[in-house]
Amino acid sequence: MMQRLISIAARMLSAALVVAGLGTLTSSASAQAGSAPDPRVGLRAGKWDAGEAAWNLRVVSSTKPSEKFVDGINSDLTFLDNYVIQGNFNGFQVWDISDPAHPVLKTNYYCPASQSDVSVYKTLLVVSAESGSSRLDCGSQGIRDTVSQERIRGIRIFDISNIESPRYIGNVQTCRGSHTHSLLVDPKDQENVYVYISGSAGLRSPTELSGCVDESPDKNPNSPLMRLEVIKIPLAHPERAAIVSSPRVFENLKPIKSHADAPEDIAAREKAVAEAKARGQFTAQIFGAERALSPNFTGPMLDSIVKSRNGAGSPTAADSAALRAALPDIIAKMMGPEQDRMTYMQCHDITLYPGIGRAGGACEGFGFLMDISNPTQPIRLDAVTDSNFSYWHSATFNNDGTKILFSDEWGGGGAPKCRDTDKREWGADALFAIENGKMVFQSYYKLPAAQTTLENCVAHNGSLIPIPGRDVMVQGWYQGGISVFDWTDAKHPMEIAFHDRGPLDPNRMVMAGSWSVYWYNGVMVSSEIARGLDIFELTPSRYLSQNEIDAAKSVRLDHLNAQDQPKFVWPASFSLSRAYLDQLERSSGLSAARITAVRNELAGAEKATGAARRTVLNRLAGQLDADARSSSDGAKVRKLAASVRELAG
Amino acid sequence: MKVLLAGGALAVMIWGTAGAQGLDMGALRPDSGAIARARADSLKRPYTAADIAFMSGMISHHAQAIAMSRWAPTHGASDGVLRLTERIINAQTDEIRIMQTWLLDRNQPVPPADPGGMQMTMGPMQHTMLMPGMLTEEQMRQLDAARGGEFDRLFLTFMIQHHNGALTMVKQLYSHPGAGQDELVWKFSNDVNVDQTTEIARMQRMLVSLTLGIRTP
Repeated sequence: MMQRLISIAARMLSAALVVAGLGTLTSSASAQAGSAPDPRVGLRAGKWDAGEAAWNLRVVSSTKPSEKFVDGINSDLTFLDNYVIQGNFNGFQVWDISDPAHPVLKTNYYCPASQSDVSVYKTLLVVSAESGSSRLDCGSQGIRDTVSQERIRGIRIFDISNIESPRYIGNVQTCRGSHTHSLLVDPKDQENVYVYISGSAGLRSPTELSGCVDESPDKNPNSPLMRLEVIKIPLAHPERAAIVSSPRVFENLKPIKSHADAPEDIAAREKAVAEAKARGQFTAQIFGAERALSPNFTGPMLDSIVKSRNGAGSPTAADSAALRAALPDIIAKMMGPEQDRMTYMQCHDITLYPGIGRAGGACEGFGFLMDISNPTQPIRLDAVTDSNFSYWHSATFNNDGTKILFSDEWGGGGAPKCRDTDKREWGADALFAIENGKMVFQSYYKLPAAQTTLENCVAHNGSLIPIPGRDVMVQGWYQGGISVFDWTDAKHPMEIAFHDRGPLDPNRMVMAGSWSVYWYNGVMVSSEIARGLDIFELTPSRYLSQNEIDAAKSVRLDHLNAQDQPKFVWPASFSLSRAYLDQLERSSGLSAARITAVRNELAGAEKATGAARRTVLNRLAGQLDADARSSSDGAKVRKLAASVRELAG
Repeated sequence: MKVLLAGGALAVMIWGTAGAQGLDMGALRPDSGAIARARADSLKRPYTAADIAFMSGMISHHAQAIAMSRWAPTHGASDGVLRLTERIINAQTDEIRIMQTWLLDRNQPVPPADPGGMQMTMGPMQHTMLMPGMLTEEQMRQLDAARGGEFDRLFLTFMIQHHNGALTMVKQLYSHPGAGQDELVWKFSNDVNVDQTTEIARMQRMLVSLTLGIRTP
């Protein structure tokens, strides 16, 4: 009987199914609503003399690449002390940005590889190598042989204790190379750092690197497919870096939905299941949730059960019970091993947030939330899909770890996906709340200004800006420029600053624009693919006060790898307290009279010193505790009170 | 599978017929600066016949995916399939332009975006070649005749076949020595590989959902 039911199920998978097609074309939701003309529209093309538009920020400096890198492709950035290291398909360049208005080139290390994604830790620099033309000897001639011992696909490791003269000390070879990587500093492990590799290119030959066999994990338990590579770098002996584990985080994934589960979707699904059950329909656990099965699917199976007992007419309760018991097995057999359908699946980028023990994995068709409490054994907690997302590219948490943003690099970054004909929810960011370890969809954010067909444009790399009490991020959109936006209210993200240039070339689309832009110690540094290094500074506006900018600048880091997200902690300062106060003014969380009074108190305290200052601040903190109880924004008032109390010391 | 015709003039001439034979891709002009850049790149790491074959053959492969997708609105496709087809049309139209530009910059013939297959000239002979995974004329007729749920099912089944063919083309490309040393070919072929792998997984799930009659929001 079981066999028979399975064969019916299998036949149905290949046979025609009459499913009512919804023949209506959904309206092309081009939400490019008619508003005031955006200054980014119509900018003049040019490599060095393109038209520019800036809003709520200023260009501090724009520096051309050094000679050997001028025809390369600038890629990702990493930061150490007062240096920024800029990856390039020809190697990497080290800039001293002690004076952001005048970056000084310290080294240009020629060593071609794509994408030359870079990370630092103390005296170590890690560089990604993916393409088949990357050579161990840093030569530019490529490698023609399909199998070669001269090829590097994986990571290169440099000693940068003397940053003006990096020393190439080792490599770790992997089956698919390293498109990007993420460096993890485990707070519990002082002796090692870890690198998560996400390779998305084809497998190399097993003759070139043993173990690189093209077999799925269900056929070969050592399959290099569908896994992450975790590399351990011993700090005492970085040249001994090696792969220590290859966790499989792709098993048992969920179905594609129109967009990821929002609370109303979960409720709708549960309601549909309940209604289907009330109608006598069958349900089954599929893709991780209970779902109603179509009578078109179960009907023939019930008939078959009736026939098998030589019966006739309608199925009995016993027939239904028999089918209900058999269904889980039927569906499992019908769907086959999960691996078959995603043998080649990999993560594009993983953002590690050790401060909260979590990682966000942007993994081709999925966004993952992972537990990285044990760095060598990440565990997938949740996975989301979205039919508007083409390619899950990277992730950023908010500072509290209560939200996560994923970007969709639709078109791979080499296509103009911000035209007014491209949908607003395609090639965008998707914003999620994290609730009880699950990601709940909130909204999309896409660069609001339409770009031309000459400008490659899609969501790309960015970082949080440490504006206290808010979730603010800066993000590169290739030739769409950079966009600073607030996603504190994740259902309504809002742009608050931008910079953009006209196309690189007036006649055709040539790769250019911001590969990545990150906030580091007071400035935003952008890697312009063709034009070099741009540094920006936020300027105050109605959306962002000088106090908020000053408070952001008070957060100092000694290094930054954007994919190893740091947890921001704000030192007590008058700027910090005033930043919260400015926010309470904006949200009307305190009355205008109280805002003025508190401002005056803070001004008085700042003028005072020693015990007098402490007295004023402690008294103010006490008043604010009371204010918090009646405020519509009590949490923010409590933050303000805490900052004032901390300032008192 | 090599079409090596010499001369930029011929390339432009062939391009001139593309609008009539295939999809209208708009005008594309040769650009002396870009040609010089491409030449400098290829002095460093030369492109190969396999690269040219891949960048030429994928044009008609993509053209067919677009032609299949364009039927969705008139053939009663579901919302999910409509969304998928809109994105395939958008993405693969842009990609055809990338391939045509790459060929043009290297003075290679630019084949028309012909959904019926790639026109091959072997001496005096002219014939049409279907790239891996491309639908036969019979399959195309079958798809065109389908409506509603049957169109969804056939579309997903055929597009999985079609995408798998693209993955085969990438694999074949890298079986040739020296293939993909050119930066653009490397990036483009890997983009095709990951995008279509991702889309196959998505379509397989859609097909299972369709068969089981599961509704997704």
